[in-house]
Amino acid sequence: MTNALTAGAVERHLRARRDTGRGLLMPYVTAGITPGWTDYLRAFAAAGADAIEVGLPFSDPTLDGVTIQQASQAALDRGASTRRILTDLSGLPDLGVPLVVSTYYNLVLHDGPRAFCEALGRAGVAGLIVPDLPVHEADELTDVAAEAGIEPALLASPSTPQERLAEIARHSRGFVYAVSVMGTTGERAALAASAAELTERIRRVTDLPVLLGFGISTPDQAREARRHADGVVVGAAVMRRVLDGAGPDELRSFLMTLRQALDQECDRPR
Amino acid sequence: MRNVLPWREPAPAAGTMGEPLTRGRFGAYGGRYAPESLVEACRQVDEAFREAWADPGFRGALARLLAVHAGRPTPLTPARRLSEALGVELYLKREDLTHTGSHKINNVLGQALLATRMGRRRLIAETGAGQHGVATATAAALLGLEATVFMGERDIERQALNVFRMRMLGAEVVPVTTGSRTLKDATSEAMRHWVGATGDSHYCIGSVVGPDPYPWLVREFQRVIGDEARAQCAAELPAGVPDHVVACVGGGSNAAGTFAGFADTPARLVGVEAEGGAGAARGRLGVLHGSRSLFLQDDDGQIVEAHSVAAGLDYPGVGPEHAHLRDLGRARYVTVTDDEAIAAAVRLARTEGILPALESAHALAWVIRAAGDGELAAGSTVLMTLSGRGDKDVSTLKELL
Ligand SMILES: Cc1ncc(COP(=O)(O)O)c(C=O)c1O
Repeated sequence: MTNALTAGAVERHLRARRDTGRGLLMPYVTAGITPGWTDYLRAFAAAGADAIEVGLPFSDPTLDGVTIQQASQAALDRGASTRRILTDLSGLPDLGVPLVVSTYYNLVLHDGPRAFCEALGRAGVAGLIVPDLPVHEADELTDVAAEAGIEPALLASPSTPQERLAEIARHSRGFVYAVSVMGTTGERAALAASAAELTERIRRVTDLPVLLGFGISTPDQAREARRHADGVVVGAAVMRRVLDGAGPDELRSFLMTLRQALDQECDRPR
Repeated sequence: MRNVLPWREPAPAAGTMGEPLTRGRFGAYGGRYAPESLVEACRQVDEAFREAWADPGFRGALARLLAVHAGRPTPLTPARRLSEALGVELYLKREDLTHTGSHKINNVLGQALLATRMGRRRLIAETGAGQHGVATATAAALLGLEATVFMGERDIERQALNVFRMRMLGAEVVPVTTGSRTLKDATSEAMRHWVGATGDSHYCIGSVVGPDPYPWLVREFQRVIGDEARAQCAAELPAGVPDHVVACVGGGSNAAGTFAGFADTPARLVGVEAEGGAGAARGRLGVLHGSRSLFLQDDDGQIVEAHSVAAGLDYPGVGPEHAHLRDLGRARYVTVTDDEAIAAAVRLARTEGILPALESAHALAWVIRAAGDGELAAGSTVLMTLSGRGDKDVSTLKELL
């Protein structure tokens, strides 16, 4: 288990905010989706995000539902690439919240995990999520990520056995990404019942921050998720709005409704 | 393009084409790069397969299904007139004569039986040419399972006959409209669907691709091609073993099954890919659909769409064991063009009375070329797996010829 001395920037930041009683909010954006896509990052920070997930689009997003598939394709059609996106990021002023890149392992392997992590570090990225890199294959990345100052957060799923959850928690950095449902990313009508049980099982093996993702799309769902986890990841609900033409201001308003829901939930006696 | 790697004298290393190493590795390739939600399901398939494969009862039940339902063993046919014209001795391993018309049935009967043993009630599959989909629909009907088959929209158009067959057999065919709308996208969609259905469904993958244990499991179920051919060659060939063993490679299952029977012999193994889908010959290291292997990619690491007249070869990657055999120099991977494959299909029809699948015609096209340019020495013996029959391709051929 990591302690405060070895914890990286993402973990320290999230722990500090969690310790104030705040519900954590990590919105996602597919990088390169529009010419001025980094404006979304500013809007997210202004809406009270605690971390921001920046998706590097991949041609074959096998764990994503239609919304993020479409967003990835749209970004690639616009000519988005890892190199261009990281260049865009390095030109940004400090947003005050850690940036966490998410992408598929093929893009990490392309120049090799070490070069990839170093490039992330140079662009000011602090964390990394690779949904098709499960813990038993992750050594190749985790070893070099630490040297480059990148914190790879691992995913845990409702189908993960308890022993394996402990293993995931041991190797995860920054936070543990709890996949709320046996499914792909995408908006859902209700928070899956598996979410509460999974979060509770993760808590038994770690005190790393636990963020719940996949399908969280409304203030009510965020509020409910907050009852179990330290915070939420919101992806498809953001990207559907972006695909429908919503600009940074509209996304800021949307995220503020989630922010408020999370804040209300933590004001309640727990 | 040929001679991607120079021939190395085949030194059949002990263990080549045996069980994969720990963590499902074939040399530097393979592995289980599955989303966490599928890791437990993969583990269950692995455990069930190991048990089943060590169980004479399971083996016996499968052997019987293969015999009474699929029509095995398939014959080894000397291609007399074509051999004479080419100056080599060509033998065809006739997977086109199996029930449903391709080698895909070997794997599917194995996996369907395994699914039943695991208590699953539904099979999920992806399909390109539709042969794996038809085989899956057939096995599901036979064993009382449901079947859901994902198929790219483009393939649905060009393999309409097989779509109709699947529906006749009671399977649900789900069109995939993303990306290249071919096998790659159908595979992605089948995996996505499996994430939400692991409790009651078995993912019946159609080639030696995917997360561990699939590349190994599918090769073992296809090994029957190579084992039969080995015995048939021993009985019918003066030297007992052919000089060359040739098969087409999409994901690589008919080739892997064939090669497995000859890995420990001096036979030279040749995998023939489509010019526009040459994962083994031109791919670069990557991870897709659960395993580490060779994939066609652009300079940014995005997977490139494949293009082939043969829907079953229209895939930008290759199974991890083929990547390993390539690195070892144990097998060689070559490519042929659409035109060469079409000409080879016509030639086989006219000289031997056999209309091959366009996939299989790729293997033959290389034999014809290699016999012509001296790469196959005069008089050498060649075993070629004829992976499937050409009925499904007649509308494509009608347009092109
Ligand atoms: C007749 C036939 N041959 C070959 C293939 C290619 O698959 P593999 O390389 O797995 O044998 C297919 C795939 O659909 C096929 O239908």
